[in-house]
Amino acid sequence: MLQHEFVSAAAIAASILFILSLGGLSNQEKAKRAVWYGIVGMAIAVLFTAVGPLIGGYGWMIPMMLIGGLAGAWLSRKVEMTEMPQLVAALHSFVGLAAVFIGWNAELERARVMAIKAAGVSFDGLSAFASTLAHKTPAELAFLQGEVVLGVFIGAVTFTGSVVAFGKLAGRIGGKPHKLPGGHLLNAGAVALCLLLAIAYFNGAGFWTLLLLAALAFFIGWHLIMGIGGADMPVVVSMLNSYSGWAAAAIGFTLSNDLLIVTGALVGSSGAILSYIMCKAMNRNFVSVILGGFGGTQGPAAEIEGEQVAIDAAGVASALNDADSVIIVPGYGMAVAQAQNAVSDLVRKLRAAGKEVRFGIHPVAGRLPGHMNVLLAEARVPYDIVLEMDEINDDFATTDVVIVIGSNDIVNPAAQEDPASPIAGMPVLKVWESKQVFVCKRGQGTGYSGIENPLFFKDNTRMLYGDARASIDSLVGMID
Amino acid sequence: MKIGAPKELARGEARVALTPESAQQIQKLGHESLIESGAGVLAGFSDDAYRDVGVSVVEGADALWRDAEVVIKVREPAAEEVERLREGQTLITFFWPAQNEDNLERCRAKGATVVAMDMVPRISRAQKMDALSSTANIAGYRAVIEAGNQFGRFFTGQVTAAGKVPPAKVLIVGAGVAGLAAIGTATSLGAVVRAFDVRPEVAEQIESMGAEFLFLDFEDSQDGSGTGGYAAPSSPEFREKQLALFREQAPEVDIVITTALIPGRPAPKLWLEDMVAAMKPGSVIVDLAAEKGGNCDLTVMDERIVTDNGVIVVGYTDFPSRMATQASLLYATNIRHMLTDLTPGKDGVIVHDMDDDVIRGATVTHAGEVTFPPPPPKVKAIAAAKPKEKVKEPTPEEKKAAEHAAFLAQSKRQVGILAAGGVLMWLLGMVAPASFMQHFIVFVLACFVGFQVIWNVSHSLHTPLMAVTNAISGIVILGAIMQIGSGSGLVTLLAAISVLIASINIVGGFLVTRRMLAMFQKS
Repeated sequence: MLQHEFVSAAAIAASILFILSLGGLSNQEKAKRAVWYGIVGMAIAVLFTAVGPLIGGYGWMIPMMLIGGLAGAWLSRKVEMTEMPQLVAALHSFVGLAAVFIGWNAELERARVMAIKAAGVSFDGLSAFASTLAHKTPAELAFLQGEVVLGVFIGAVTFTGSVVAFGKLAGRIGGKPHKLPGGHLLNAGAVALCLLLAIAYFNGAGFWTLLLLAALAFFIGWHLIMGIGGADMPVVVSMLNSYSGWAAAAIGFTLSNDLLIVTGALVGSSGAILSYIMCKAMNRNFVSVILGGFGGTQGPAAEIEGEQVAIDAAGVASALNDADSVIIVPGYGMAVAQAQNAVSDLVRKLRAAGKEVRFGIHPVAGRLPGHMNVLLAEARVPYDIVLEMDEINDDFATTDVVIVIGSNDIVNPAAQEDPASPIAGMPVLKVWESKQVFVCKRGQGTGYSGIENPLFFKDNTRMLYGDARASIDSLVGMID
Repeated sequence: MKIGAPKELARGEARVALTPESAQQIQKLGHESLIESGAGVLAGFSDDAYRDVGVSVVEGADALWRDAEVVIKVREPAAEEVERLREGQTLITFFWPAQNEDNLERCRAKGATVVAMDMVPRISRAQKMDALSSTANIAGYRAVIEAGNQFGRFFTGQVTAAGKVPPAKVLIVGAGVAGLAAIGTATSLGAVVRAFDVRPEVAEQIESMGAEFLFLDFEDSQDGSGTGGYAAPSSPEFREKQLALFREQAPEVDIVITTALIPGRPAPKLWLEDMVAAMKPGSVIVDLAAEKGGNCDLTVMDERIVTDNGVIVVGYTDFPSRMATQASLLYATNIRHMLTDLTPGKDGVIVHDMDDDVIRGATVTHAGEVTFPPPPPKVKAIAAAKPKEKVKEPTPEEKKAAEHAAFLAQSKRQVGILAAGGVLMWLLGMVAPASFMQHFIVFVLACFVGFQVIWNVSHSLHTPLMAVTNAISGIVILGAIMQIGSGSGLVTLLAAISVLIASINIVGGFLVTRRMLAMFQKS
């Protein structure tokens, strides 16, 4: 058995490796090394904790790790890149659930240790956690109760929230916001009840308070995320990411384990920053996203004149053959139609013909931060032609052809031109400044936000209706 | 209907109004097409080429004029051609009605309908039949080629083993269609191109073609939008400033191409004798306005002259005809588009709709009446240019002051946050046990490090970032490991489940990240 000092040293090493692992994601090449830092850090952390002092229950631990590891490996191999958002959401729910269980355990162990203490029996044969508990002062134990409440609450919200997010992203639950009558009052009431339960728990009301508190938190997580629409999912997923981190940190406090605290804090702040970036990209307030749905419009949206002009694939192909520079703006519709490989073929052909082809990615395109980048990478589109909004927005004016594939609100000129529009002020890709815009779209419907897109009515816009993959595939054949 | 193209009578005219390609399209409209034998030879289209696509080749002009119900031509009709016109016949051609009033009257007397291709209004819908633009395009291109032919040096600058060659400096006066085409051709040959136009709104077009716009700072600049996109005569003060600008350019430039025309007036004199005298020997002036008197004082129509100081002045007027094949292809397409508009049913029946802006504008005689000049078109050719707002540059002092104020505000905010945080920590320290405070400090530091590190993560790697953070948040497994050895069965069970799902998280998260990152590749 290793000594405490050894375990602490391992914890420091693991913390540093985790920080390096996150820092390495600053560019694609370093990132390939960074993920190994993470893996090694995790291996060190688990190994040294598992062989540390007073650890037992290997008969349970090792088989469970093996089964879990195999399941994870299988999952990671099987998942389609378009399903990444669901996978991430599902994995968040696991962290949440584990946090709830560990919180409960902490309370059960605390009660047991207190009983042993009261009985005056020796502390031999306790688990690592229980023996730390045994040496705690009463003040520390009081704080521990607070930490347990926090850990269980955040964990439970994360769990059901992620399950709902998973359901919405996987299409098993409708993407439309749903709220029970009472709306956010219901959530507020549940939070108030949780507070009461927590106070009862501090005053020694027993284990049932924690169970009930978890149940209420499960409800809050479910109801909160049910009330948020599909297109806000990038924010929700990164928020849940953040929560799973805070839950881990809370558990770290409970267990007096610095490694857990550090890692939890890293994950928590990462998720928080991602949420902030996503909100900024939609010009929306974090609170208003979480409280769900788009707010009421400030006035009637400007009337749109003109009509949507349709075009067939042959027309798009001839424009592409004539163009020197092309920018493709993909959105969630490309992921839905699984069109990324067709798009990649198209890009390869256009590039072979000596045309400049680039991608313009809006920060909230797709259902996960960076979703489009991953899909395009999967389809073997080189990442150096995939540019962010800020890098490419000024280039539209000098571009011959822009192809918009399955995106709507992120290319809506109303965001800039119509102050009464619900998305006014949101930064968008200025595709309409180019010479010609083709929009690949399933039909004449509006986008997620339910507002008309004046882009579709502009003189230099042509609509290519139909399934994105079929449309792009037929285009590929016509490029010479 | 029978559409027929006769051989052009004007001397040196090599173009033809019907090509085998346009004939096929015209046949699709339900018309028959005829051509006078030998009409396309100079443009590179043999009689056989026409026969191959089903055009009937007719011997002699008389036969053609007799058979055709619609005659399509390039040049305005000569007297003998007007004689051949008959009532009900339609003639589509360049006509120049303002300059050819006698001809116009005679055509009216014959009872024929005349559609003047030079009168097609300048609106977006009519661009496809804007023969003036397609002709001007060719003239602009050819002017540069002609200048290159006369000019004794390279266009492009080169550094060779045999010495350094400076690039040719080209000045284009007038950035209409011909001017822009000339700019495009000259820049692609590698010359340094400058361009001038009285209409400031074309500056953007000039710059987009890769030339430098010579800006004339004059308050009362012209707005070309009111005149259908064409230039109007300028005031004497403006003219003086303009000439001063040219005088400044004259010693520098190697090639001058002037394209300045004002509709219905003689060409303005812009390149005066003293400017020619100031130019270097061997320089070339190509005057595309030669037909209307020329922009240059020394231009002689249809001739190339060399001045005393060795400057070559080219006054050819037949640039389109010098590229007869290309010019015919474009003009025939313009004519074909006009016929498409005249045949709305695509059934070979010509419907002369005088309510149509384009057809009304181009028709100069119809049903025994002169219909020239047409009423002004309802649509403006180009939007009025908005005056550019000038943003005031802040002085260095103002900039400094603003920066300093921003710095102070930021410092204030940061100090405020730090102070508030400090107070909070202190309050917490009053009640919390020491061990908790230790952990709490670790927590705060970790948050801080997290914020610093995550800001640098590239946008495109946000999904891998989520997957990695997901994997490392599986660190809760440590909590479960510490509890799994407990004596209590329930605790062990819960801990075991936690170990299981956290393992899925760790392994799944890392592997999927690796899979994603492996896909990112450079081109």
